[in-house]
Amino acid sequence: MAEVKLMKGNEVIAETAIRCGCDGYFGYPITPQSEVMETLMLRKPWEETGMVVLQAESELAAINMVYGGASCGKKVMTSSSSPGISLKQEGITYIAGAELPCLVVDVMRGGPGLGTIQPSQSDYFQATKGGGHGDYHLIVLAPASVQEMSDFVVLGFELAFKYRNPAMVLADGVIGQMMEKVVLPDYTPRWTEEEIEKMSGDWALTGKKNRQHHIITSLELEAPRQEVFNEKLQRKYREIEANEVRYEALYCEDADYIFVAYGSCARICQKSIQLAREEGIKVGLLRPITLYPFPTQPISDLCSKVKGFLSVEMSAGQMVEDVRLAVDGRVKVDFYGRMGGVVPTPEEIVVALKNKFKI
Amino acid sequence: MTEEIIIAGFGGQGVLSMGKILAYSGIMQDQEVSWMPSYGPEMRGGTANVTVIISDERISSPVLNAFDSAIVLNQQSMDKFEPLVKPGGTLIYDPNGITHHPTRTDISIYQIEGARLAAEGGNPKIFNMIILGGFLKVKPIINLDNLEKGLKKSLPARHHNLIPMNIEAVQTGMKELKVIHQL
Amino acid sequence: MELTDIIKEENLVLKKSKLLTDNVMHYCPGCTHGVVHKLIAEVIEELNIQDQTIGVSPVGCSVFAYNYIDIDWAEAAHGRAPAVATAISRLHPEKYVFTYQGDGDLASIGCAEIMHACNRGENIVVVFINNAIYGMTGGQMAPTTLLGQVTSTTPYGRDAKLNGFPMKITELLAQLDGTCYVTRQSADTPAAVRKTKNALKKAFQNTRRQKGVSFVEVVGTCNSGWKMSPVDANKWMREHMFEKYPLGDIKDI
Repeated sequence: MAEVKLMKGNEVIAETAIRCGCDGYFGYPITPQSEVMETLMLRKPWEETGMVVLQAESELAAINMVYGGASCGKKVMTSSSSPGISLKQEGITYIAGAELPCLVVDVMRGGPGLGTIQPSQSDYFQATKGGGHGDYHLIVLAPASVQEMSDFVVLGFELAFKYRNPAMVLADGVIGQMMEKVVLPDYTPRWTEEEIEKMSGDWALTGKKNRQHHIITSLELEAPRQEVFNEKLQRKYREIEANEVRYEALYCEDADYIFVAYGSCARICQKSIQLAREEGIKVGLLRPITLYPFPTQPISDLCSKVKGFLSVEMSAGQMVEDVRLAVDGRVKVDFYGRMGGVVPTPEEIVVALKNKFKI
Repeated sequence: MTEEIIIAGFGGQGVLSMGKILAYSGIMQDQEVSWMPSYGPEMRGGTANVTVIISDERISSPVLNAFDSAIVLNQQSMDKFEPLVKPGGTLIYDPNGITHHPTRTDISIYQIEGARLAAEGGNPKIFNMIILGGFLKVKPIINLDNLEKGLKKSLPARHHNLIPMNIEAVQTGMKELKVIHQL
Repeated sequence: MELTDIIKEENLVLKKSKLLTDNVMHYCPGCTHGVVHKLIAEVIEELNIQDQTIGVSPVGCSVFAYNYIDIDWAEAAHGRAPAVATAISRLHPEKYVFTYQGDGDLASIGCAEIMHACNRGENIVVVFINNAIYGMTGGQMAPTTLLGQVTSTTPYGRDAKLNGFPMKITELLAQLDGTCYVTRQSADTPAAVRKTKNALKKAFQNTRRQKGVSFVEVVGTCNSGWKMSPVDANKWMREHMFEKYPLGDIKDI
């Protein structure tokens, strides 16, 4: 049986990257996720798997290094926290526009501006609606445990290459900083040049030989041609929406009310559910695992069975908009959140539920 | 069984590592565990605290506002966490530097003079293990065998020679625990 | 004599490099980019490294460099080419990786990226075209614009008080331990073109020496932006640009 370890979420990101055959990590220090690069530097994977790890001069440089590495069909990633992810938006939209696969990890902290370093979820819009300019989406995975920090590095790369689209692991300071049990994946060797050729040989920069030259770009001067490209992107997003929705439903069978929460808030809500059920209030949890694509249908399906939804977020109310779109006015949707790095307690969520739904 | 514990004190007292050893020992005892520190400016010599949960069920929230047990190692932490112990819960503290002692009567309160004992033993670094010993005396949720395994997992191999000393410190803590108020 | 009598292999004195594509260049007549593109294509062809070379094109007039030289290319965001090239080079240590950047891209918005790529000693070639103006966006001031030079954003001439001084970025980069070869050339005469080609060839060959960044600045003209005829632009360049940006090797180790 695989060894059970006690590790921090951030350390697990690093360790899993090495194990899943990641070719390169490019980052810039920022709290609360600096342990990712620190762990990598300590582990020296370049000696073990040949993985490149580089501390870039800025987040801008780091994401553009990811662009460069991804251009070569390599499995590359970066990680940062909210202000750093804002800086990376330029590169992220270029990566989306050039249809490159890569993994971006965002361990969110409180904003706006320099904000706080404490956990937050106030970058939901930025992560799920694009973030940079142009009509694009990232595939956004929201881990709620240290184990999922590991699982979603693997899954994120898998989906990124499946759709030639950047994927994001959207965590927060709680998930990044906490330690839990984790079973790490077995080692997967890095892809060989032959494997890259086989998988991505029709687009990756591998050196022009006996074929047309490859160009990685997001530029197009002709508007009608850019529209055709945009239509292609949109078809890809529809396919992702049809195939890749992931969520977890807990205690929903008999529930009168549903918490919708992701990441650490979903964990806190599980405690709130225990407390509420002790008082006889039947609450369940719908936890979106993919924030994009959003589990619209599962939420819609619950509308006929429940009295209302409470979106619980560490934000001023962002995901709640997607919940409202899914519910489409059929039952009441309300919101409870804390901001700026304050983490809600299980008790206050129960109080909010009772107040908002007059229970 | 679910035990929700807050350990709080100054940075440098070994608060986080005590929590880590406790959590790793929990894993050795086939329990679910979580370890959630306060982080940030507090790391720089201010107060430090960590929430450790040990349970035989899937752990819900790693962040809590009410605790079964509080292990309190300075006055600020006493002020903050004494009120957050659940009624019927446990508070263990080191009286060193405490000016306002706990007053609640609906919880059990114990003292362990970790700072004094560690200083007398000539090794301030085992302070946190003395405290942990005191806690495990009241709440024997981890047996000593698994604690030793947990220590092995949490300490780098080069420090494994220090494990017997740490276990001894735990035993000292168990022996020296004082009951202040028991329900 | 018929045309077919003339077009014969034995009569050929000059031909286009096989690596230059047949795409019609979008550059203005008189522009330096076309010449430097041709030289890069020739160097890659002569070194026989087409299948091992990856170029990174910038934002600016040369954004479409990838349409003209028949190798694999990544088109970078404005100023970020050195970061893109860093990753490509590190993930493909056996390949020849170069960036092709203008003065706005390299010395303004991409100042941090070029500084740090040079400081890390990335094993890349940087081709830097300095024509002291933003060409693509319509002739605005660049960091290398000379004092007194009129551009669309310095309509009364560059004023040091208002706009600061022309930036000698190449001299700055030569100070960094991560650069191994730093040179400034031009492409205004046949002799200068030959020298530039030699510099480019040396830069690409340096990739095998793994000694850090080889940096080739080419002082060029932008006759459209400067609002001069190509001939006048070359004259103005020699009279004004070369004084501030003297030609020759700055560093060669």
